[in-house]
This record gives sequence, C-alpha cells and structure tokens, in this order.
Amino acid sequence: MTLLDARPGRPVRILKIDDERARAQCVRFGIGEGTVVESAEKLPFGPVLVRHCQQEICMGRKLARRVLIEDAAGA
Amino acid sequence: MSATAACCEPTTVEAPAAARRIVLVGNPNVGKSLFFNAFTGLYVDVSNYPGTTVAVSSGRMGDDVVLDTPGIYGVSSFNDEETVARDIVMEADVILNVVDAVHLERDLFLTQQVIDMGIPVVVALNMIDEAAAKGVDIDVEQLSRLLDVPVISTVAVRREGFDEVREALDEARVGRSDRELQERLTELLDRVDTRPEALLVLEADPFVSERTGVSVDGQRDGVYQDRRRRVNDVTAAVVHRPQGRADFGARLGRALVRPLVGIPVLAFTLFVMYEVIGVFVAGTVVGFTEGTIMQGYVEPFLRGAIEQVTGSSGVPYSILAGEFGVVTMTVTYIFGLLLPLVVAFYLLMSTLEDSGYLPRIAALSDRLMSGIGLNGRAIIPMILGFGCITMATMTTRILGNERERRIATALMAFAIPCSAQLGVVVALLAAAGGGTIAIAYGVIMVFIFGLIGLALDRVLPGKSTDLLIDLPPLRLPRPRNVLTKTYHKTVMFLKEVTLYFVAGALLLSVLELTGALQALQGLLAPLTVGWLELPAAASNAFVMGFVRRDFGAAGLFELGLSGTQILVALVTITLFVPCIASVLIIMKERGRLFTAAVWFGSVGLAFAVGGVVARVAGVL
Repeated sequence: MTLLDARPGRPVRILKIDDERARAQCVRFGIGEGTVVESAEKLPFGPVLVRHCQQEICMGRKLARRVLIEDAAGA
Repeated sequence: MSATAACCEPTTVEAPAAARRIVLVGNPNVGKSLFFNAFTGLYVDVSNYPGTTVAVSSGRMGDDVVLDTPGIYGVSSFNDEETVARDIVMEADVILNVVDAVHLERDLFLTQQVIDMGIPVVVALNMIDEAAAKGVDIDVEQLSRLLDVPVISTVAVRREGFDEVREALDEARVGRSDRELQERLTELLDRVDTRPEALLVLEADPFVSERTGVSVDGQRDGVYQDRRRRVNDVTAAVVHRPQGRADFGARLGRALVRPLVGIPVLAFTLFVMYEVIGVFVAGTVVGFTEGTIMQGYVEPFLRGAIEQVTGSSGVPYSILAGEFGVVTMTVTYIFGLLLPLVVAFYLLMSTLEDSGYLPRIAALSDRLMSGIGLNGRAIIPMILGFGCITMATMTTRILGNERERRIATALMAFAIPCSAQLGVVVALLAAAGGGTIAIAYGVIMVFIFGLIGLALDRVLPGKSTDLLIDLPPLRLPRPRNVLTKTYHKTVMFLKEVTLYFVAGALLLSVLELTGALQALQGLLAPLTVGWLELPAAASNAFVMGFVRRDFGAAGLFELGLSGTQILVALVTITLFVPCIASVLIIMKERGRLFTAAVWFGSVGLAFAVGGVVARVAGVL
C-alpha cells in the first residue's frame, strides 16, 4: 500500500521512501522509515498531508505514490 | 552554474584575529532574526550571497562577528539556502542554534548534526511560551544534560532570555555526539582538513566531496537514520505532550488547504493583491512617481544637465538622453515604474510568507503546477511574474532544479503579462467594452499558458522534483520583520538589475540610431497587415514592446481598433518578446541558447496565435 492509498485520518507506518532526497528530507522533518504518522489530508488530485507531532508535511502526489506504508491502527 | 560558484567562494567577513565568528542557525520561522537584530543593533551588513537570492546578514556584538543564516532543516546542499548556510556553518567558531520548542523533534535534527560536526554550540529553546500554551512540557535541564550543551529558554518576541543566551555563548560546548560516528570521522581526517568537512563527506554532500576530492558513497541514509534515532531518544526523554484537540490556528491552517475553503480564500487573496498592486500601485502610485516626478521634474532636469555637456543634438545626446536615453529612460523606468511595484510585491509576498499562508498556496496549486512539469513552489515566481518578469526570473532560483527553472522562466517570458503591461491591457479591454473580449483574452492566455507548459514538460529532458514542504503554523506577521525583508529584497533587486537596464537602454539606442529598430518594424508590417489584419502601425507597437512591454500596448490606443482587432493585438503583444531588461536577465540566469530559443519562439508564437485568433474571430 502506498501513502496515496491511505485513508485520511488513519495512523500509518512508513515502510519505505523510494526517493533518496525525499528520504533524507523526511528524516530531517522527523519522519523516518518505521515512523508512525497520521495520514491527515488528501487534496483531490493534489498533494497528501501527513501529520506528525504537531507538524504537517505536504508531499506531492507522485512522491506519495513512492512511499510504502502499512496500516498502524493497532500499534 | 550559480550554486557551484556559491559553494567555492565562502563569504569572508573581516574580523579581528581575536574575534569569534558566532553563527545563528535554525529551521525556517524559528525567530533567528530576532536574536540577530537584538545582538547586533543597527549596524548590520546584508549582502546577497554570490549566485543566489539568499541574503546573509552580518553584524558586530562587541569584538565578535555575528552571522545570520537562512532557515534550513539540515546542513547539506539540497537548495541554495542550505548551500549558503553550510559554508557559513563550516567556518563558525560558535553556533547559536535557535530551536522551536513546539517542534523539537524536527529542530533537534539540525542541532545534533551541528554537534556531530564538532562545533561548540549553545541552544536557544525559543517560543517556550507557545509550547507552554499548547501544554507541551519540556525538561530543559535534562535536554541540556543529554545534548551536553547549554540550553536557554527564550521568548524572542519579548527578548526574554537574551542576556542569558549572550552569557552562555562563552560556555558553548562541543556536545555529545556518537562515538562510532566520531571514530569514522577521525579516520577521514587524514584526507580532509576539518571535522565538519569529514561529516559532510560522509553524508555524501556533492559540493564538499568535490571540493575536498574525497567521496564516500552510500553512508548518508545510515548516518541520518542513526541521528534521527538519537534525536528521538532525546525528545522522548524530555518532551511531554498532551493528547489534545488541535487549536483554532491549526484547524484554520488545515481548512486553508482544503479546496472548498482554500480556493475561495486564495481567490480573495489574489483579488486583494490585484486591487492593491494592479489598481492602486500600478495606477495611482506609478502615475505619480513616473508621470509627475520623473517625467515632470527629473527627466527635464537630467536632459538639461546632459545638454550642457553634449549639446542638444548628435549621437552622444541621443544615447544619453534621447528616446531610449541611457540616463533618462533607466532612471524613470527603475525609480518611477519598477521601484513602487517591486516594493509593493515584496511587501505582500513577505506578509504571506511570514503568516505561513504561502506554503499553503503552494500546496493548493501543486496539482495544477505538476501538470506542467513544476511543483507547487513555482507559484511564487509565477505570482511575481505579474509584477516584473525580471524580478520573477531571479526568483526561479528557489525551484528544485534547472529543468523547473527553465519551464518557469519560459512560461513567464511567453505568457505572463507583467504589471506594466497588464495595466495597459486592462485599459484596452475596458475600451473594447470589456465583457466577451476580456473573457476571450483570459481564456486564450490561460490555454496557451497550459499548452506551453505541457509541451515543455514533454520536450525537456530530465525530471522535475516533487513537492515536499513543511506547513508552518499560521501566525500574525510582524510588521518590522516584513518591512526589513521588503527593504533588503528591494535593495538586492535594484543592485542586481540596474546594470541590465542601463545595458538595455544602450542597446536600444544603438538599434535605433543604426536604423535596426525601424527595419524590424518594416519587416513585421506585412505580417501585421496581411496575417493579423491590423493596421501597419500596429507593428510599431509590437517592436516597442521590446523596449518596455507597456510601451507596446500603449501604442495600440491611438490606432482606433475594433473589438476583434484589440483582442488579436493584445494576444499577440502579450505573447511577444519580453522587455529587453528581462531578456538580459534571462540570458544571465539561463544562458544564451535558451534565451535565443525563448526570444525567437515568442516572436513565432505571438504571430501564429494572433493570426489564428484573427481567423477564428473572423468566422465567428
């Protein structure tokens, strides 16, 4: 499942970010592989918003498609 | 390549031998400049870092030199801001790292990276009041113990904690890094000069690797993830966060990116901008500065002065004070027309930036922009393009890569009318009765804009970068900060472009004196009459658009055109070549080949589209 498939409002665990630069930038923002974040918002045809510790990250759609996740509702 | 130039020439600020270089470092919007202003007072030097639009401020605090750096999330070279900050950080004696108490998890990554570099650090834990208001509880002593550097709580807007920070600078410490990481850095030290260099080489920073001739591949992910783990451990130990509902600011921030609320708010914002800049500044203010002050007083004075030296005729007089006089035209254009517009644009953009709304506009427009090979961040130069293509072309430096800069520059040069031109376009549309003609003009321009974007995205090699930004909390902008930003950006703009306007005027004078301008008009006249079905004199208007885009459009007023003819003429003139100053800036930023392609491309496109519009309108 990719971040693009996540239902808004659900907690998800980031498994893999398939883009070198984005991966580094996300780690700086506090989101590494393994981090649980909230899939906050999906703009129609637009970017995806992810929430993590009172901060919001906006990620382009194409990039969101390269971020693998799993549902973390039980975690 | 501007970035390369910047990396190889670190700024040198002269300092007495005993003085320390204190460097302010922090994420964007954490209040660094408030510290800088309080510490350095009035005598501050702001300069444009070579090859970038990034401003670096430096000032004095006692014997020490204090340098402010652009806001960054980490030290590397992902963009111009980082490149500049990286070079300054690497030369620092002491680092004052300002962190946002509300977003410690994010901010401490940079803190830990600087600690890993082995540079003495003091941490200012800023906005501690905001954190308290949100119920975030931070164990400051424990944080200081874990990082092993002084940590001072501050509220920068009220200057709380500033004295303590100043004192703590004498106790700055190297801090606790990771033993294994430091061992790896020590191994690298026989090949590079300093520990910061060693770390950046290990993190595969392309510029530092090239500069030192040492490269290490495939380590960055590991180093980053390990640092992230350490930072998370520290935050987990010192931060206690309540599980609660989002406050009003956060909820408003979220609503603003949802189309249902976001699009009407954006439309309203753009409408206000248009009223303020397009109507008030471009009309009323410029009417006064350009018409009354410049043409009424300054130009006659300058002409008189030049006449004393050169006499009132002959080549030197024409070049200096003639129709495109290097002295007269440049002064009027820059101070009468551009200055008020540029100030107005930077004021509004700085306000949007400081309020935290600008990143949300980028989020909203990402979908549209990604269709034409750009991402949401490109909305910033696009908006500025409606002010001045020259200013906007410089701002394309914020975009992710050269491919995006090319697409954005070309789109602006082709299809975005600058404010000077827009003023005349609106007046002509009103003269044509507005309504249908105005809508047709808008639809055609948006259509062509999209078409050019799609085509460039297809044709240009490479890949554009994706949007990946942090949406900061919404805040009320601080007027002082907005004014300072506007002032520095305006000064920088003037410094950078004045020479190009002088060169442009000189080139035009030469073209006119040699008859080249008239020849070009003659060349275009048959096309204008036969293909566009406009009077021959309209070709003068097009060629004058090369001088100043609004001169061109203004020339159409006197021709008594019909509604259809106005539409054809306006479409053609908007698509026609950008003014000579922007052509020169485009050449500087994107190179000769690109500029030639844009220039000839826009002549071709303008006439092709204009002709098609004339044909279609004729049938309708």
